[in-house]
Amino acid sequence: MSRTDFGPPHYSTLIPDIIKENYGKWLYHEQIRPGVLKHVSETGAELYTVRVGSPRLASIDFIREICEIADKYSKGHLRFTSRHNIEFLLDDKEMVEPLLEELARRGLPVGGTGHSVSNIVHTQGWVHCHSAATDASGLVKSLMDGLYDYFVENKLPNMVRIAVACCLNMCGAVHCSDIAIVGIHRKPPRIDHERLHKVCEIPSVIQSCPTGAIKPNPKLKSVDVNPDKCMYCGNCYTVCPAMPIADPENDGVAIFVGGKVSNARTAPKFSRLAIPYLPNNPPRWTETVEAVKHLLEVYAENALPGERYGEWIERIGWERFFKLTGLPFTEKHIDDFIFAPTTFRTTTQFNW
Amino acid sequence: MANEEKKTPLLDQLEEGRWPSFVKEIKKAAAKNKKAEALLGQLELSYREKKVHWKHGGIVGVKGYGGGVIGRYSDVPEQFPEAAEFHTIRVNQPAGWFYTTEALRKLCDIWEKYGSGLTNFHGSTGDAILLGTDTDKLQPCFDELAEAGFDLGGSGSDLRTPSCCVGPARCEFACIDTLDVCHEITMEFQNELHRPMWPYKFKIKIAGCPNDCVASIARADLSVIGTWRDAIRVNQEEVKAYAEAGFDIQGLVVDKCPKKAVKYNAETREIVIDNESCTRCMHCINEMPKALRVGKEGGATLLIGAKAPIVKSAFMSWVIIPFMELKPPYTELKDFIRTITDWWDENGKTRERIGETIYRLGMPKFLRDTGIKPVPQMVTAPRANPYYFWYPEEVK
Repeated sequence: MSRTDFGPPHYSTLIPDIIKENYGKWLYHEQIRPGVLKHVSETGAELYTVRVGSPRLASIDFIREICEIADKYSKGHLRFTSRHNIEFLLDDKEMVEPLLEELARRGLPVGGTGHSVSNIVHTQGWVHCHSAATDASGLVKSLMDGLYDYFVENKLPNMVRIAVACCLNMCGAVHCSDIAIVGIHRKPPRIDHERLHKVCEIPSVIQSCPTGAIKPNPKLKSVDVNPDKCMYCGNCYTVCPAMPIADPENDGVAIFVGGKVSNARTAPKFSRLAIPYLPNNPPRWTETVEAVKHLLEVYAENALPGERYGEWIERIGWERFFKLTGLPFTEKHIDDFIFAPTTFRTTTQFNW
Repeated sequence: MANEEKKTPLLDQLEEGRWPSFVKEIKKAAAKNKKAEALLGQLELSYREKKVHWKHGGIVGVKGYGGGVIGRYSDVPEQFPEAAEFHTIRVNQPAGWFYTTEALRKLCDIWEKYGSGLTNFHGSTGDAILLGTDTDKLQPCFDELAEAGFDLGGSGSDLRTPSCCVGPARCEFACIDTLDVCHEITMEFQNELHRPMWPYKFKIKIAGCPNDCVASIARADLSVIGTWRDAIRVNQEEVKAYAEAGFDIQGLVVDKCPKKAVKYNAETREIVIDNESCTRCMHCINEMPKALRVGKEGGATLLIGAKAPIVKSAFMSWVIIPFMELKPPYTELKDFIRTITDWWDENGKTRERIGETIYRLGMPKFLRDTGIKPVPQMVTAPRANPYYFWYPEEVK
């Protein structure tokens, strides 16, 4: 047995010298062009960062390729961002242009800084998860192909964070992103009564349901689901393999908008429902890509400089958001869960 | 090769376009590795049938640990025998995701030997993800990772791998040493990270300032967010430089201050900040980083409870400690983590996140049990209903 409990490598052994020397001494930064940042230290030292889009799901060949680039231009140092981009850290300004040329030759996109659409935080999908209602990698690739210009340029009122989660577990950042796409089911789980008592712990299954739709069925040593109370979250399947819920014809995605995590100007916000359902349409998810593009375009046209997506909607009101986007407002948009009354309009202030 | 291409007509379409293609990545790995080739075939089947082809769950691991590996089995193993077992290994990333090419190449060499050659850089929690190996390869793979200095990350009902923003390594906004806090906390709680012992998962993220570049307020049960207690530092010369460059200080900074705490005198081209009214939202500093700096008296606000919707709705973290100084060895923070997780371990139900336990039992009980003093910073408003409890010792 190998040694245990030794933790990750210490960061101090992995950061470049220029960072060691200027650690905690940074004075200011500026974006030189989309994807390229300059940080200036109290010591006068200048650090240049080149940010590159990554598919996140990468082969070791890809990792070795970026190592080759880092050896050539950034003294064998690089980092990854919290949105899964790659950053090359250069202490020599003269190396920036040659690096950009090399990245262009290799077809690696430079961008994701400033008022851009940066990389899409996403999940496992059909590549590795058992509970996915949609794929993540394919949807993200299709979206980023469609939104590519927004990644490499700064042409939005503020940054727009897009996230994808392949089910309601919402691994990642879907519940708090400017535009969020989440995989959903639309039919209750199928119950394998024969198998259920062998592979599931019934009290945990009952407790897993947010709406109390699951009751024990002592006769069958199984459970029953009240279809009128089930909203297809899939959490019972997470705890019980005998309750599969995936359904190729009815699964699809929902789109939420207006979330943010930063505290700048306004408090962090949850993303809220804009489009209740779009079909899974692999490999290109055309309807979803078009919907997201449209949502971006309406925001870009109407928001004030500096406004995040949710701040724009908050200012103009949701009724005008639905009018401007032309999206239908349906009963699905009206909350009917625990905190629903806090989302009802308890004022006479609204627009026609 | 033409014949090969026909095997995955749907996925092949995702090789087109300008964004880097994950299908190209899987194909690169598939050219040398049978497991990656099997994954490609199974994924094409999923695209055709619009559904997952992984069986439910899977419990595998390495000796001595209860977490760190996500077991996964194909539900079409007869079609794709090499994907029959396709487990994920979570490798604890270095703080701030800084790497040398030497370290990354070591990881690649080990993964080439034991796995599919596919990875995620990184998982949402922060770990480097090694995607796809067999049960019998887990222990030898971990042995070699350990030799190279890479420990596993968390999974299951344990402390998940903490992560942090780039912090003082490359950001002038950093109010705390995020990398050091992250590493120290990870090391302090190795047992809790590797051996699940809690009601459910528990995540910690550390952000250097309220911009929260690791989204800690939304994605961590304990969100540690850097802040300051003294005044914003103003460099009036640089304010003038912004004005001279034609930057709209009044419109883009002053008018957007949520507390109207910033005043700009267009004649003298100077900024005055009422720091008593300032809520440290970062907007003015973000807009004018050359002229405005965070205060010198740094520390962190601790917030608790964030989680995704299941079961009782999504929560964002709320303030629990308005200000804590964070200086090595971070004893106060470590003690605080022990206090709250001990309380949760006693009171939490199975698969109940700490935010839901506090919601179910009430903040007043949580504060009373843990000895944390209630302060107005914890709420956006006092309660509007009169349904509160008195304890017997408080009444005659």
